[in-house]
Amino acid sequence: MKTAALAFIFIFCAYCAWGEAPKESCVTCHSAMEGKLSEAVKIFGGDVHAQVGLGCSDCHGGDRNDDTMDSMSKAKGFRGAPKKAQIPEFCGRCHSDATYMRHFNPKVRTDELSEYVTSVHGKRLKQGDQNVATCVDCHGVHNILQVSDTRSPVYPTNVANTCARCHSDAEKMKQYKIPFDQVGKYQKSVHAKAMADGDLSAPTCTTCHGSHGATPPGVDSVANVCGTCHVFFAQLFDKSPHKVVFTNMGLPGCVQCHSNHAIVVPGDEFVGVTPKSVCVNCHFEGDTGYNTAKAISDNLSALTSALARAESSLGAAERSGMEVSTPKLELANAHEALIKARVNVHTFSDVEVKKFTDQGVAIAKKSDEAGIAALKERDYRRKGLGFSLVFIVIAIAGLYMKIRQMESPPDS
Amino acid sequence: MTPVIKWLDERLPGSVEDFVRHKQVPMHRHSVWYYFGGMTLFLFVVQVLTGILLLLYYRPSPETAFESVQFIMTQVRFGWLIRSVHSWSANLMILAAFIHMFSVFFLKSYRKPRELTWVTGMLLLLIALGFGFSGYLLPWNQLAYFATKVGTQAAGSVPVVGEWLLIFMRGGEDVGAPTLTRFFGLHVAVLPGLATLLVAIHLMLVQTLGMSVPPKVEQEIKEGKQPARKMPFFPNFMMRDIIGWYAALGVLGALAAIFPWELGVKADPFAPAPAGIRPEWYFLFMFETLKHVPAKVLFLEGEFAGIAIFGLATAVWVLVPFLDRKPHAGRAGRLFSGLGVFALGYIVVMSLLALRA
Repeated sequence: MKTAALAFIFIFCAYCAWGEAPKESCVTCHSAMEGKLSEAVKIFGGDVHAQVGLGCSDCHGGDRNDDTMDSMSKAKGFRGAPKKAQIPEFCGRCHSDATYMRHFNPKVRTDELSEYVTSVHGKRLKQGDQNVATCVDCHGVHNILQVSDTRSPVYPTNVANTCARCHSDAEKMKQYKIPFDQVGKYQKSVHAKAMADGDLSAPTCTTCHGSHGATPPGVDSVANVCGTCHVFFAQLFDKSPHKVVFTNMGLPGCVQCHSNHAIVVPGDEFVGVTPKSVCVNCHFEGDTGYNTAKAISDNLSALTSALARAESSLGAAERSGMEVSTPKLELANAHEALIKARVNVHTFSDVEVKKFTDQGVAIAKKSDEAGIAALKERDYRRKGLGFSLVFIVIAIAGLYMKIRQMESPPDS
Repeated sequence: MTPVIKWLDERLPGSVEDFVRHKQVPMHRHSVWYYFGGMTLFLFVVQVLTGILLLLYYRPSPETAFESVQFIMTQVRFGWLIRSVHSWSANLMILAAFIHMFSVFFLKSYRKPRELTWVTGMLLLLIALGFGFSGYLLPWNQLAYFATKVGTQAAGSVPVVGEWLLIFMRGGEDVGAPTLTRFFGLHVAVLPGLATLLVAIHLMLVQTLGMSVPPKVEQEIKEGKQPARKMPFFPNFMMRDIIGWYAALGVLGALAAIFPWELGVKADPFAPAPAGIRPEWYFLFMFETLKHVPAKVLFLEGEFAGIAIFGLATAVWVLVPFLDRKPHAGRAGRLFSGLGVFALGYIVVMSLLALRA
């Protein structure tokens, strides 16, 4: 069988040599083959490398103009297909060469390989682990697409599924003794929801773990990872009493309360002393933290209740056609105060939170009063209308009677 | 004779006392339609009075217009009432004017010698529509801004002069401060001046020529099938008019108190056009028609063809007394009545279709 295949290749190459000289001899021969040997040629047309004018020999070496078997000789620089362990360097030959890469895109990054060797994947590969991801496991082979292409496996909306191909495989992860439910949890998170809603800047696996340098963030760096987006929260946390305590206890920062992959939308019930609160996981009745948590929760509740009252009265006034756009605009400041108060929960100081909730309550109260005043004004208008209509009806009745009197026959 | 009438009689041509004592209004089964002219006039007077009061606070610039109307609605004592009555009354006035126009049309009251009464009335209706179009923009809210943009854009589709017309209406390439000041000037100076002049001529013609009796009723009176009944204008007809005006005042007050005219959101030229922008209800039939006109009609742009057809139809409508030569009877008279039914049906159906969309 093997002899027959080699004979076929030989005859085919000989035929090609007599015919018109092809531009890419690899394509001419491999496209006529069957199975794996022709697969690359079939799909390479859509590959980003083909799009910029690169061919087989740019990666695999050899002589593209030579249509004999000699084109694949070592003398002609033929490198063949790389082994798994060679793949990063194979791709890095061009992708780490800033001068070469600049021809295609002056802004393109060239640090992928140097990052990869620092990643868990890279380190394990060096140790001889053949299961870990290399360039082609995420980007594909011969059908590589631009990262900005929605079909690319590394396009933001596809990243989680690409990582899941290995990291959700229980059998594969068993040997590394790491969980395999991260992607499942992530898909239920607020981050995944934001991504699904079309926010491509929403975090996915690579946002927190890195892409080429993928590594799990350590306890020390969790706050820094979250803080790259949630800057203000991280700053407040760093100044809070929790920072020192968590560091001393070896606890990760943000994820201690918010979890890591299954981050849900945090509600006001997160803080406080109810069973839904995360504070009661560590604090117990009577301790300072417990009392602070209760005070923070009470302050937030006071503001949310005041906001609900104001929205209700302004809404009722607006539905009655009253002009309440100014108090509604002012109420936006109370909402802003609530946001600031919620952010300041990360100071873990009831005094800091109260500064904002008091501010918000005062504004909401004023808006509520404006709404109530508008409703009173509406009632006043309707009463006024009632009185006016009575007078109008009396006037109409009077006129009607006068007309009847004028137009009735004299003898009646 | 009262001293006032005596005093007037000594100073005015003709006898006021004679006019007051002898002016008669025909009475028949269609007399109810006579009241819509007076109703339109009453609502016009309400417009003038409330408009003057609004002028005390309104400031016509993109930076201040919305805020000044908001101030009127929230801070000025009874400002909400004045503004809501002005807006509601504008709509009721146009409705009353349409009813008046169609009743005059179907009763053939435009026939000789009342051709000029019809022409001045039609011009007044067009002016009322102009009032509506120009006044809609003045609060400078989002809906009005984009509706005006669409409305003026339509004028731009007229061949040759379209571009000039669009820039003349907007005072520039886009709807902005110059458009607002132009529309304001039109709304409070040009149109009121023209309207007052035309109302005066219209009323003078009505008083001089008296009220028309429908041809069929006239015929029946001639044949002795019914008596020629009449009612004194003062005070009998006038008192009935006043009853109608009182009722209109009550309706206006109720609408203003229960459904105050909305102010909306301040216009933001950089914001995307809000969904469902459409003009005031009295322009809906034209708006709906333009939506269905194909992109090209023969060699004309679809939008222009639509506008041209409406322009032509309006011209024909104004000239009806001169085209309907035998309104009393015959095929021509019936043809014009059929045309009226078609026009009325078209306006109603297209407006309903636009409201449903």
